[in-house]
Amino acid sequence: MAYSDKVLDHYNNPRNVGSLPKSDPTVGTGVVGAPECGDVMKLQIKVNAAGVIEDARFKTFGCGSAIASSSLATEWVKGKTVEEAANLRNTDIVQELNLPPIKIHCSVLAEDAIRAALADYKAKQKA
Amino acid sequence: MSVKLPIYMDNHATTAVDPRVLEAMLPYFTTIYGNAASKTHVFGRQAEEGVDLAREQLARIIGASSKEIAFTSGATESDNLAIKGAAHMLRSTGKDHLITVRTEHKAVLDSHMALEREGFRVTYLGVGKDGLLSLDELRAAMTPETLLVSVMAVNNEIGVVQPLEQIGALCHEKGALFFCDAAQAVGKIPIDVEAMHIDLLAFTAHKMYGPKGVGALYVRRKNPRVRLEPMMHGGGHERGLRSGTLAVPLIVAFGKAAELAQAELPEESARILKLRERLHQGITSQLEHVYLNGHGALRMPGNLNLSFAYVEGESLLMGISDIAVSSGSACTSASLEPSYVLKALGVNEELAHTSIRFGIGRFNTEEEIDYTIRRVVEVATRLRDMSPLWEMVQEGIDLSKITWAGH
Repeated sequence: MAYSDKVLDHYNNPRNVGSLPKSDPTVGTGVVGAPECGDVMKLQIKVNAAGVIEDARFKTFGCGSAIASSSLATEWVKGKTVEEAANLRNTDIVQELNLPPIKIHCSVLAEDAIRAALADYKAKQKA
Repeated sequence: MSVKLPIYMDNHATTAVDPRVLEAMLPYFTTIYGNAASKTHVFGRQAEEGVDLAREQLARIIGASSKEIAFTSGATESDNLAIKGAAHMLRSTGKDHLITVRTEHKAVLDSHMALEREGFRVTYLGVGKDGLLSLDELRAAMTPETLLVSVMAVNNEIGVVQPLEQIGALCHEKGALFFCDAAQAVGKIPIDVEAMHIDLLAFTAHKMYGPKGVGALYVRRKNPRVRLEPMMHGGGHERGLRSGTLAVPLIVAFGKAAELAQAELPEESARILKLRERLHQGITSQLEHVYLNGHGALRMPGNLNLSFAYVEGESLLMGISDIAVSSGSACTSASLEPSYVLKALGVNEELAHTSIRFGIGRFNTEEEIDYTIRRVVEVATRLRDMSPLWEMVQEGIDLSKITWAGH
């Protein structure tokens, strides 16, 4: 499989790898995928009082395209409001990383991870 | 000590042509270019002499006679010819049952599936956690209608060596033919068709430092005499078994490769085994949660198949891109499905996704092994640091108790 330069760049220099404190009420955590499917993504966002995502972190078990998709997702959500982040689509990731059809599920997973993190954050705010 | 990159460590997929093999074949392109079937002139006769020598060299490495060797285009063709040819020939005797194993090569499995579509019955036996077939299960599966039992010598993914001698004895006791796909075995471990009671045996040049495009099928001539229905019809080459002009340069090279492999086998297999143990030890002494797939001792020297828990295999390959290894089998890794061989061993899917096959061969050096150890440890550590599964395990979470949101 030939990887695009952008996938290689994110794989070799992943942005925002790491973890934020799960129990922090301003942190939303999304974990999606399953080990037996060959990919699991954890994406976390930290939202400030103005509703802007001021930090994001990820950890991914998966192929290079899955790592690149989640790395790119953390880059893109940073600085966006919670509402704006909800509008990110997997097709944007496919386009930016030039993913082949066999790797489109990686971008879907990244979109799911963003949504899961947003939902977790919102649930914490209601509580 | 510097190492020349990239490193080739995928010798189950194919091997480099040994320079001595190349040298032997070259005159057959430009000087001795006759058709081996042209017996009326010297060009043809010289080509035929080259083929005759190769036939002897190949017969010798498996303990057969040269009349029992038929040339084909490779192991896939030999597999097809042996399985379909035996089934079609024996159909009229009322035998309609075949037995094979779930971890066989696709060429063997798909040939059986093709026969099933024609009305033959096939039993696909499972294997133990070590990748080995159970002789009791084989015995229980055999019936008076069983015409052929197909079991590979060495598995192409996990390198385990099946108990050929016992399988062959059982087949002969029950009146079934024994076909062995030995593509990964010939030249790597001793093979003797007499001692192992093998009736049909497939092998190929490009797994033993010969060129791609030529293979052979051993067909037993006595006790019992095995007859096959040909698939390729035409000029009646190879005693009618496989028509088509012989690829003389490739065949000469195949013979030379066999001669070298046989002469060097004891020394070479000891050297390669040492390299494999160094690689295995080097990796597992620095990384925890690395598991060997397949039997620890009953495996061919060059094979090391490891699962690196919590590190997805393809991402590991990407990180060690200057070392050519494979995840699962090259024939199936274009799909996202984990290896069917590892599944048959009962390796869970999660670990199957983390497996890497190292195939050490004749031209690998100790420096290359050491470089590989260093890179694998480096990259696996980096990927574990970014693996959410690894993080959970470090936190003491039992992954098997989590309900995953699959997709």
